[in-house]
Amino acid sequence: MIQGFIARISGPVVIARSMRGSKMYDVVKVGEAELNGEIIRLEGDESVIQVYEDTTGLKIGEKVENTGLPLSVELGPGLLSSIYDGVQRPLPGLAEKSGDFISKGIYVPGLERKKRWTFTATVKEGDNVSGGDTIGTVLEYQLQHRILVPPDKQGTVKEIFEGDFTVDEPVCILEDGTKLTLMHQWPVRKGRPFKKKLDPSLPLLTGQRIFDTLFPLVKGGTAMIPGGFGTGKTVSEQTLAKWADTQVVVYIGCGERGNEMTDVLTEFPELTDPRTGLPLIERTIMIANTSNMPVAAREASIYTGVTIAEYYRDMGYDVSLMADSTSRWGEALREVSGRLEEMPGEEGYPAYLATRLSAFYERSGRIMCEGKEERQGSVTIIGAVSPPGGDFSEPITQSTLRIAGTFWALDTNLAYRRHFPSVNWIKSYSLYLDSVNEWYNANISGEWREIRDQTMFLLQKEVELQEIVQLVGPDALPDSEKAILEITRMIREDFLQQSAYSDTDSFCPLDKQLAMLKVILTYYDQMLSSMNRGVSLRDLLLIPVKSEISRMKEQTDIKKINLIVDTITEQVDGLEVQACSSIV
Amino acid sequence: MQQYSLVTTEYQTVSYVSGPLIFVDRPKDVSYGETAWITLPDGEVRTGQILDVSAEMAVVQVYEGTSGIDNYSTKVRFTGQSPHIDVSLGMLGRILNGVGKPRDGGPDIIPEAQLDIAGMPINPYSRDKPAEFIQTGISAIDALNTLVRGQKLPIFSGAGLPANQLAAQIARQAKVLGEGEKFAVVFVAMGITYKEASFFMKEFEESGALERVVFFLNLADDPTIERIATPRCALTVAEYLAYTHDLHVLVILTDMTNYCDALREISTAREEIPGRRGYPGYMYTDLSTIYERAGRIKGKKGSITQIPILTMPDDDITHPVPDLTGYITEGQIVLSRDQFRRGVIPPIDSLPCLSRLMNLGIGPGKTREDHRNVADQLYASYAYGRDLRRLVAIVGEEALTELDRKYLHFANLFEKEFIGQGNENRNIEETFTMAWDLFSMLPVDELKRIKLEYIEKYHPQLQKQE
Repeated sequence: MIQGFIARISGPVVIARSMRGSKMYDVVKVGEAELNGEIIRLEGDESVIQVYEDTTGLKIGEKVENTGLPLSVELGPGLLSSIYDGVQRPLPGLAEKSGDFISKGIYVPGLERKKRWTFTATVKEGDNVSGGDTIGTVLEYQLQHRILVPPDKQGTVKEIFEGDFTVDEPVCILEDGTKLTLMHQWPVRKGRPFKKKLDPSLPLLTGQRIFDTLFPLVKGGTAMIPGGFGTGKTVSEQTLAKWADTQVVVYIGCGERGNEMTDVLTEFPELTDPRTGLPLIERTIMIANTSNMPVAAREASIYTGVTIAEYYRDMGYDVSLMADSTSRWGEALREVSGRLEEMPGEEGYPAYLATRLSAFYERSGRIMCEGKEERQGSVTIIGAVSPPGGDFSEPITQSTLRIAGTFWALDTNLAYRRHFPSVNWIKSYSLYLDSVNEWYNANISGEWREIRDQTMFLLQKEVELQEIVQLVGPDALPDSEKAILEITRMIREDFLQQSAYSDTDSFCPLDKQLAMLKVILTYYDQMLSSMNRGVSLRDLLLIPVKSEISRMKEQTDIKKINLIVDTITEQVDGLEVQACSSIV
Repeated sequence: MQQYSLVTTEYQTVSYVSGPLIFVDRPKDVSYGETAWITLPDGEVRTGQILDVSAEMAVVQVYEGTSGIDNYSTKVRFTGQSPHIDVSLGMLGRILNGVGKPRDGGPDIIPEAQLDIAGMPINPYSRDKPAEFIQTGISAIDALNTLVRGQKLPIFSGAGLPANQLAAQIARQAKVLGEGEKFAVVFVAMGITYKEASFFMKEFEESGALERVVFFLNLADDPTIERIATPRCALTVAEYLAYTHDLHVLVILTDMTNYCDALREISTAREEIPGRRGYPGYMYTDLSTIYERAGRIKGKKGSITQIPILTMPDDDITHPVPDLTGYITEGQIVLSRDQFRRGVIPPIDSLPCLSRLMNLGIGPGKTREDHRNVADQLYASYAYGRDLRRLVAIVGEEALTELDRKYLHFANLFEKEFIGQGNENRNIEETFTMAWDLFSMLPVDELKRIKLEYIEKYHPQLQKQE
């Protein structure tokens, strides 16, 4: 084992001497307290180490031991419903050992060692297995947790057991003596292998109208949510974590508030997945490295998260990963880079910021899993970005923009007037519209794209008209354009606004979304055609069905929403009859 | 009560002095973050802390400033311990300096414990969810941006705006409904003037709360670098009072902009790569180690609620200090010069205000069932009314529709009556009554954010018809 000593300490960065033979990203134990750290630069026999814990109290000359292993996570049953810090130490375990405050130098394994899992074998003696093959299953809550041969192992099964095992007891022994357990370790900075990447084509449904209908995301895609403070990034991320239709959700609180994680921890066990009826916590894995926890562990947290996500993906599941917020991760990178006295790029961020960001986002994707079995899995990454001053021209937003497939831009002005989700429909975009077209046509309705495009057209038109109104007042517009302003107001208030806290409205099924939008657009079409037939806009705006439209969100029965279409036609026809009779 | 070991090494190897930093050559056996005692040529002793250490050199920041330090006869002794503060219940009612030493002429603090001022991060798993509504008696806060026990809610102010008056009013009026629990206030002054500090002292005296307040005063003419330690010392005391003595502690920190400027000064002296506007890149992390010390812990009775006050330079909310603060704290109360000029007191600009924990503290059993809806509706109607003002400036009020004129009037009255309450202490019921009176100016159909059943139950006009 390589052992050196501390030569310099500067915040989270420690320089150790006589470390010759060390490799990049080796995990080291620093000082007498054995703080965990990772080698991030080598210079002669000096190693530069970022330490995952507070370095106060470390002394010059204390020993530094190289474990020779890269930073790894433990993968196996027991991950679901866990809450970890940035380097996969379970927070309940830390609380047990050190109390309400996190102290230094504590080691708790990522997976519970005492719990026994019932293992059912799916291979028999003499079978040839290689990386990615299922040797058996364990029921983790309601999820079939496939026990996979680790990607770097293969051989012939010599012995296979069944029954109750802890995660570190062997369940299978290969001819060459390799023992396979329920868990294995994998380095976080290395993506897990797969057969091949597929084009994503299935939408990731979120139950949020502005996302699903206007700017859809796909399973295996990437999305970014940038926004200044108070625009609802965290609420959006949490809403997505609640309602995204994936089997597993990894939620990373990266340098954010402690109370927010408490919120997730207390709220999720009470909520149920609208599709399966199971508690949401049973499909969620949380990684909480709050802003006041060590900076270097924050840097590691997103890799820890994505590696766990890839593990479930390899079992053939759809996984969504929420990272809140990637800006804090970037800042951790900047802080460490500053201590290394590297030449800064833009705004003090290191020049490799964009490379690191893309490498992280590229670990998303829909893939054909390793192994004999035909399995497809996906990892979808949704990253929140916190641009300083809400200015989207800053490096992290710009670097992410080049990679993300869906851009959900949050807008301070919308947030100020409590229009939530405060997604700006003019700035946002989705590159997956064509990819999901087929699925929407087959499963929901062939009209989706047309309705969506018409809605976007109207919203775009509204911006132009608003400019004119600002100059000359609303009276100068012809009735047909006033009608557009009325309709877009309806779209904004009765369709796009969606309260994350309402019981009936926080999750909106896709068919209801489409039904709602159809009602509004029918009203618009009816207005246009009957204005041509001489009915005044004033009368059209006073029809009683309008109050029904504004209460659509609370309506859970889709049939009743569809009926509104008929009511609109009836009432507008009534107006036309009146108009005709007054002429006669 | 510093303990000395029998063998101590004194270094006379100060090689370089720059701003608040001194560089000590060839230190032996020292640790990162440890406290140093610096003896000046004239015998004065100052305290410092190690910021960077290697076998060749230790960088020490001197809390009381470096004037008078030379690089020949100044002696430095390292204590082997990171900065600690003596804490005790007896600190209540005392006035201390920026590092917790008495400055009121009274006796020394008799310590019950000695704690590390840096504190340790609260395990997110051990945190308890803040859920108790604090009634501040201020409608703009209670109805629209509810304060909850264990929250950190800053006031964003501008030069000359009455942020201190607002903070004092909150401290005076704040109470949890139906409770008479033990509370304490920790007041932390960083670089404010004597006048501002004495305003607070007078305020607490008048409300009879003085013996429940701990003052940490680092005034404008006190050493700048001491400000780095002041909030940490104060929060260590607050944590001690909250988690050992079960008190509900309200911490008022003013002015965070001065704290950040001190941080920038050190960063510059260390020749670090600056981030935005010269502030160091790690300012977010640094601020979070202060703000995140608010909260509640499972199984502990006490709590820490923080109200930091900061001045937005040039009223710019995108300046790094308010910006990074807003990213860490759980909302913000923003004061506006425009409202102040129009005589709205407190001049709270409700649109950019936010309380992220509001939903945890409101609703049936806590405030009232219609609270969320009322707040949303007030916001939506007021925002629309404000938009119309711009339009009126161009086309005149006559060009507006009848409905729009109602909204315009709504916005005016909302500011004048609802926000501009002056020194009145309004309970939450009075606040709701006032909100519903405002709603009655608008047609019932316009109240889209409110559930029908609440409209039927609370709308004053519908009630009269019955």
